[in-house]
Amino acid sequence: MEFKDYYATLGVEPAATPEEVKRAYRKLARKYHPDVSREPNAEAKFKELVEAYEVLKNPEKRAAYDDVVLQQRQGGGFKAAPGWDSGFEFSGRGDSGHSDFFESLFGRHAAESARTRPGDDHHAKIMIALQDAFLGAHRTVSLRVPRLDAQGQLRMQDRQLEVNIPKGIRAGQHLRLSGQGSPGTNGSPAGDLYLEIGFAPHPRFRLEEADVYLDVPVAPWEAALGAGINIPTPAGRVIRLTVPSGLTSTRKLRLKGLGLPGVPAGDLYAVLSIVLPPADSEPSREAWRHLAAAFADFNPRLALETP
Amino acid sequence: MMNYPSQTMLQGVIVEEEIRFTLVELCQACRADFGQLVELVDEGILTAMGDDPQGWRFEGSNLRRARTALRLTVDLELNAAGVALVLDLLEEIEMLKSRLRQSGLR
Repeated sequence: MEFKDYYATLGVEPAATPEEVKRAYRKLARKYHPDVSREPNAEAKFKELVEAYEVLKNPEKRAAYDDVVLQQRQGGGFKAAPGWDSGFEFSGRGDSGHSDFFESLFGRHAAESARTRPGDDHHAKIMIALQDAFLGAHRTVSLRVPRLDAQGQLRMQDRQLEVNIPKGIRAGQHLRLSGQGSPGTNGSPAGDLYLEIGFAPHPRFRLEEADVYLDVPVAPWEAALGAGINIPTPAGRVIRLTVPSGLTSTRKLRLKGLGLPGVPAGDLYAVLSIVLPPADSEPSREAWRHLAAAFADFNPRLALETP
Repeated sequence: MMNYPSQTMLQGVIVEEEIRFTLVELCQACRADFGQLVELVDEGILTAMGDDPQGWRFEGSNLRRARTALRLTVDLELNAAGVALVLDLLEEIEMLKSRLRQSGLR
């Protein structure tokens, strides 16, 4: 088991006052909070901060922890302090488990009392492919959930669910699965499970709510003269798109109703951008020279010359 | 050991489109108590339809806002006004990012 240096996690000295601990936590929490942070490892980092703060802000837990640090330094390794597995209020962040180190010191969430009450609702996040939202899909979802065993101990348990992904679901929406949360006690109803939907990034299509964006490169002559081109749709088809003539820079074409299905359905946007062919051979350079001669009057920097 | 029902295909309901929560249901879904959610309504963070808390109904989209607001309250030790400001700014950042994505800049 890995020893956790909670003081280092918060970046404070072991002699830090409660105010210093609080200030350090708040500053780092703002930086790494998963709802506001852009740091790549925000979520893992934030969990460590919460755990460290949970121990260091509480005088009793901090004293117990300091004791363990002392034993550790004297070469004894660390042992669970007796009697530390009950009597603590845990913050109820049911889905952000503590480290093994923390649990060896302070135990796990104590068993709920046996009064009759409905089971808790649970939340989890799943990633689906863009196509799943277009066609609908069946997905096996794997979750690790804390469960109370017969002894009232909380243990992590693997759980697999077969879930029907409805056509037209959007990023950030939640799917509610009735009765799939915690079981109720003494015969009262089970809680619900909420699955938050995320989309795995797609190499071609970008999603914006119900609309889908596709970058479509076109050759300069297609842009100038107009053309019929084939493009893929997110539903897996290929459609014919008419590029209008006289295109001079990037243009967005809207294909109504070809975005995510639903009422109303989203749109598909083909973002046309002009791509120049390379001038890497004498014939191709010659072709550009012809073009230059034909457009002798064209000045792309006209705007720069008028003050 | 608690066992789950055997494997059948589960049919979910899309919260944002098909569900209206009562205050009790939203509390259960967020694991919050009445007082916490009433405060979020008073601050304008959540939008309730109806006059008194007993009759309130919440559109499904309030679930996400409520959960984010409650996380920020606990984790950053913010008050309701601070949370409201953070949520507004997060929404604005999301809108700006979305514009960048639409232009293919990110």
